Amino acid sequence: MAEVLVLVDHLEGAVRKPTLELLTLARRLGDPVAVHLGPGAETAAATLAEHGATRVLAADAPEFADYLVAPKVDALRAAVDAVSPAVVLVSSSPEGKEIAARLALRTDSGLLTDAVDITAGDEGPVVSQSVFAAAYTTTSRVTQGTPVITVKPNAVTPEPAQAAGTVEELSVSFGPLATGTRVVSRTPRESTGRPELTEAAIVVSGGRGVNGAENFALIEALADSLGGAVGASRAAVDAGWYPHSHQVGQTGKTVSPQLYVAAGISGAIQHRAGMQTSKTIVAINKDSDAPIFELVDYGVVGDLFEVVPALTEQVNTRKG
Amino acid sequence: MSLKIVVCVKYVPDATGDRGFTEDLTTDRESEGLLSELDEYAVEQALRIAEDADDAEVTVVTAGPEDANDALRKALSMGADKAVHIEDEDMVGSDVFATSLVLAKAVEHVGYDLVVCGMASTDGAMGVLPALLAERLQVPQVTLLSEVSVAEGEVTGRRDGDAATERLQAALPAVVSVTDQSGEARYPSFKGIMAAKKKPVESLDLEDLDIETEQVGPEGSRTKVESATPRPARTAGEVVTDEGDGAEKLAAFLAERKFV
Repeated sequence: MAEVLVLVDHLEGAVRKPTLELLTLARRLGDPVAVHLGPGAETAAATLAEHGATRVLAADAPEFADYLVAPKVDALRAAVDAVSPAVVLVSSSPEGKEIAARLALRTDSGLLTDAVDITAGDEGPVVSQSVFAAAYTTTSRVTQGTPVITVKPNAVTPEPAQAAGTVEELSVSFGPLATGTRVVSRTPRESTGRPELTEAAIVVSGGRGVNGAENFALIEALADSLGGAVGASRAAVDAGWYPHSHQVGQTGKTVSPQLYVAAGISGAIQHRAGMQTSKTIVAINKDSDAPIFELVDYGVVGDLFEVVPALTEQVNTRKG
Repeated sequence: MSLKIVVCVKYVPDATGDRGFTEDLTTDRESEGLLSELDEYAVEQALRIAEDADDAEVTVVTAGPEDANDALRKALSMGADKAVHIEDEDMVGSDVFATSLVLAKAVEHVGYDLVVCGMASTDGAMGVLPALLAERLQVPQVTLLSEVSVAEGEVTGRRDGDAATERLQAALPAVVSVTDQSGEARYPSFKGIMAAKKKPVESLDLEDLDIETEQVGPEGSRTKVESATPRPARTAGEVVTDEGDGAEKLAAFLAERKFV
């Protein structure tokens, strides 16, 4: 059976959820082979095997952390040469997309980014994408080389399927471009204890209506009661009320959770582009004409300063 | 020594209007377009870097239809020195690889120390063009910067990732891309708009850049769109007005959907 390469997104061997989604999708197309770059391959291998990785190709070198993007392109290229896969799958993170694009250029192959679904087709994988602020869904195919596809988080639910997950060493030689861009320092983000925004099953976002940084505590409290992540509209971020890393929308993160709660967000196109594919959408806004209400499964026209805290209390009570 | 900065910009359909596809499933570019908002940040940073340098020249480059000239004029009125417009009907339907080839050749044609791009276009929105340009030009990629500066033949910047903030450094020549956090783009002044009318715009076609027809357009593209379906309008859900019971009703809805 054909093999499908999956580039592992991890932090020192702790595999991030989107990688498990890639493995689940990869099984539709062939036997998943994971590529693990950096430390922690042995730790990661157990998780990868549980989700269907038949093999784990591992390479560790300081270059992966010390230089931007290019060393990982060299490594993934080496893996492609070693395996001759049918397809290469990468997470649609900014770095993932950059690696994927450069790999596709080097291997004379086509690239499709931000897939929301992949199915096997007679002429190779059929990739669904959501375009123009999710106004259209397209299906596309790669017509040249080995398809390189980046997949958005939450495209599928990860399904366990035990496989061997044998760790094998991947030999990588770095080209002259690998050390072009040096990472002089890296400051990890402080953990909020909440799920990662793009991976979260539930996202609670606040917008202009939140009216101040201090009021985001209300949004955080509701997110915590639901076990969700916190998002913010561009208006709230531009006003300095919440960090840009939490911005949902065209120039921020695109999220596709099971539940999206919009509080005090009018629902401009910029924002909709980032959340329109959420499965269930609810909104709280005092303006009954706000465009966000055109998208909702359930909406409350009301003052978020009353509705949000009361909802938090209701949720906490129901959880008992 | 003069610092040569090239900014790559895109003319895109207005994101606030209705966007769609033509019959052959390429982006419909008939509607009124404009300079991609995210590219304004690239022009801005290029101008700031140029202002900080002793001697610098900013050239803005676009590949696109005749109307793409509007995008160049906007950049020139913001303060760029000159422009290059690559226009060729064979480019219609080009994918990102073909586009990156055309832009890489154009950048080499102009000559460069630094290429500045926006973080993504507002229509295709792949966000990979800067990385592809770096790969094609065989120079360092210093992308997605919220802060950028150039000094002594080096570019440095701050990249805010999901997991960490990184400080990056590379020797020139290099390709950078900047985010919408890099600094508000200036508005063209009346003087700038008038001056832009006299600034040179060089027109090039594929032959000028030694690019074969089959390397671009649908023939040179490595992917094919097979279908484009408008997303079904979300069926309007229930909207209630809060009369003190809004939270309770919403909680009941969430419970019914098993979120609580």
